Amino acid sequence: MAGVELRGIRKSYGHLQVVHGVDLDITDGEFIVLVGPSGCGKSTLLRMIAGLESISGGEIRIGPRTVNDVLPGDRDIAMVFQNYALYPQMTVAQNMGFSLKMRRVPHADILRQVREAAAILGLQDLLDRYPRQLSGGQRQRVAMGRAIVRNPSVFLFDEPLSNLDAKLRVQTRVEIKALHQRLRTTTVYVTHDQVEAMTMADRIVVMHDGRIEQVGTPLELYDRPANRFVAGFLGSPAMNFFDGGLGGADGSRFVLGNHAIPLPAGAERAAPRSVVLGVRPEHIVVDAQGVPAEVVVVEPTGSETQITARLGGQTFTAAMHKRLTAPPGSTLGFRIDPANIHLFDGETGARIP
Amino acid sequence: MTAATLDRPATSARLLSALQVVHWRNLPLMAGLCIAAILMLMPFLWMVGASLRPAGEAYRLPPSIIPREWTLAAYREALGSGIPFVQMYWNSLVVAALSTLGVLITASMAAFAFARLEFRGSTPLFLTMLGGLMVPPALTLIPLYFGFARLGLLDSLSALILPAMASSFGVYMMRQFMLSQPRELEEAALMDGASYWTIFWRISLPQLGPALAALGIITFTTSWNNYISPFVLIKSWDKMTLPAGIVALQGLMGAASVSVVMAAATMAILPLLLVFLVAQRFIIEGMTMSGLKQ
Repeated sequence: MAGVELRGIRKSYGHLQVVHGVDLDITDGEFIVLVGPSGCGKSTLLRMIAGLESISGGEIRIGPRTVNDVLPGDRDIAMVFQNYALYPQMTVAQNMGFSLKMRRVPHADILRQVREAAAILGLQDLLDRYPRQLSGGQRQRVAMGRAIVRNPSVFLFDEPLSNLDAKLRVQTRVEIKALHQRLRTTTVYVTHDQVEAMTMADRIVVMHDGRIEQVGTPLELYDRPANRFVAGFLGSPAMNFFDGGLGGADGSRFVLGNHAIPLPAGAERAAPRSVVLGVRPEHIVVDAQGVPAEVVVVEPTGSETQITARLGGQTFTAAMHKRLTAPPGSTLGFRIDPANIHLFDGETGARIP
Repeated sequence: MTAATLDRPATSARLLSALQVVHWRNLPLMAGLCIAAILMLMPFLWMVGASLRPAGEAYRLPPSIIPREWTLAAYREALGSGIPFVQMYWNSLVVAALSTLGVLITASMAAFAFARLEFRGSTPLFLTMLGGLMVPPALTLIPLYFGFARLGLLDSLSALILPAMASSFGVYMMRQFMLSQPRELEEAALMDGASYWTIFWRISLPQLGPALAALGIITFTTSWNNYISPFVLIKSWDKMTLPAGIVALQGLMGAASVSVVMAAATMAILPLLLVFLVAQRFIIEGMTMSGLKQ
């Protein structure tokens, strides 16, 4: 096993730079999730670690070695692809043993290692089948089996669950997490799904436009997002943002139309001219004494109820673990707990304070 | 009765009428295609018909496809004409088979290089090769003649096989097909530690089945029908291929012997017909998957 170090990694296609000097330390045995919207550079970064994409600048170290010029097959890493990339003309066993065969491992050892990996993933009965004879979930497991059979230093996963249906995705997510807890192999996992990122990662790396926005544990990022982008990206339903300004005699209130929301003590000291207030849907509660807002739609999901409402021309969502009905157009009172308010600079989007 | 069961006849009726609409809308297209198919088939049917009737009946008016009198005399006459048809069959087969094998090997390897490997000068090289598509084959015959004369290969089957073993069209077609295939398989093999040769041989080539079949059939047909090259590059009768043999037969027999010539032509196209019947699925698949038309 080994850690991975990225130092000033850049990637350009001609004049177009898509990854802008990324620095990241991944410790040995860590499960890191790279998350971000489409086109943010996360897959490119993963492919550069894999050696499938050349780097335009910087240094990649896997363990003690700089691997900038090392071929993918010699980096001691294994990758699970989005569409699994199983060799269609080979059986499951041949697929899993292919990398060992390329390393001229004796046949008996290949058989043993393939059987061991198959046992870990429950693939024993599928070893003689061809990929076309497998379901999506089974193919996914074979792709993982092919990765673990070599016992590599680092696993790379490129959106491995995106081709599975919702139920299987949840199940496989748990399996991957359990597999990591068992093998403790350093893992870099790319996804655009923030729920996957939150549930699987030891640490999450949020990327946007080829740059790292924030690195931290899932709850650190959720509770203290470094900027408006991270705040809006993590969490479902997404964080609500209200544009407004600071008011009150000492600037300790956020003014939204005719309403003033008290801020946490000390927040006003660092506040610039324009401010965006962020609050997660679960931190807005229905309270008859609260600020009145017009109900737009009520969405019951069974375990919780989501209410979309309008206040001062801005729409927001509240989520609560109780059942509630209110006709569209009616008015409900809402209250925000000042302790759960996030403030962002209206211009830069950076967190305050 | 529930609403669902009440609804069923109405749904069936709607489906039926939808099918009828599609059917009637396609009718002109179907009719056009049928006419085109008949026009394509007529010369073939006439050829087979003419080969099975007595000499002299071929040009009878009004023309008919089906002979009044059936006979195999034209076939006996063609085979006994003194022109070595069996040898020519064999020559055509050797030339077509080796040319096809050669094109499949060179085109798939070059296509892999152009589609998957990054190397300096790849684009100019590819464009130069594409330029070869614009050179009419007849233009290369004289240089080929002098080249083979120097190599001492004139009047040998090698003179027909060697130039046909590489094809710009083949490389282009295979490259387009390869580009349409997902890269992940090759990348997975690269991560598994496979060499480029192993990736080509074990991973890429097995995926190229339909394209290889299509290119193989096109090359085999082109070689089988090649008429000019043998005339220029081959002198001896025992090295000639079938198209040249048929023309020689026509010269030998004169215009009255149309049944004999048609008998020889029918025999000549039989292998091609067989190849097409067996592999037409691959031709269509290969053509559509590579996004090419010929």
